Amino acid sequence: MLLANMVTNKGLAALTYGLGAIGPGIGIGYLVGQAVQAMARQPESAGMVRTTMFLGIAFVEALALIGFVVFFLGQAG
Amino acid sequence: MTDASVLVGRDLGPATEREVAGDLVRRGALAAPVALLPAGLVWGWAGVASVGLATAIVLANFWLSAALLAWAARISLGLVMAVALFGFLVRMALVAGIVLAVRHQPWLAPWPLGLALIVSHLGLLAWETRYVSASLAFPGLKPAAAKE
Repeated sequence: MLLANMVTNKGLAALTYGLGAIGPGIGIGYLVGQAVQAMARQPESAGMVRTTMFLGIAFVEALALIGFVVFFLGQAG
Repeated sequence: MTDASVLVGRDLGPATEREVAGDLVRRGALAAPVALLPAGLVWGWAGVASVGLATAIVLANFWLSAALLAWAARISLGLVMAVALFGFLVRMALVAGIVLAVRHQPWLAPWPLGLALIVSHLGLLAWETRYVSASLAFPGLKPAAAKE
């Protein structure tokens, strides 16, 4: 049987979620690494860095959330 | 600063994440009725319940993220890195667990739930970012803290 025949909508939806979570993982790792370095170099600007870091993490997280919603709606539909 | 200071350094300043998360929750509570009304008109009570659940999940996610980061920053900057990454995994698993646990309930409609998850998350963030970027660029415009 061809592999393409075995692929279901649910399988594709789960794959989308999995792939969608890789990017945010890399993004958050890079973002937080840079923010922590900035805080260590300039402790006086830590408040500003933490605010920006928190918002950045939340924006990057939206990608994973979109991946999950596509997975969820693909399962439901 | 050496690499060691990244691991042992910590920030004992005010927890700005909690302030931002508090703003997000306050704005979410203000915007929720605006989102619930059209959902109720289009999908009925299932739409209202789904959008309400999605908004609650998004706000709880923001609050949990802020609480974890603020806690970690007081201990060590190295812990901030660990908490940010593992917190992301744990929070996404929690969101997925809650949504998948209730997906077959008769009071839930998948489309308004999914749409509200994305729209409320991005919408609240965009709203908050406008406020934060204005106060970072023009500190004089930042509202004064309430007097004790």
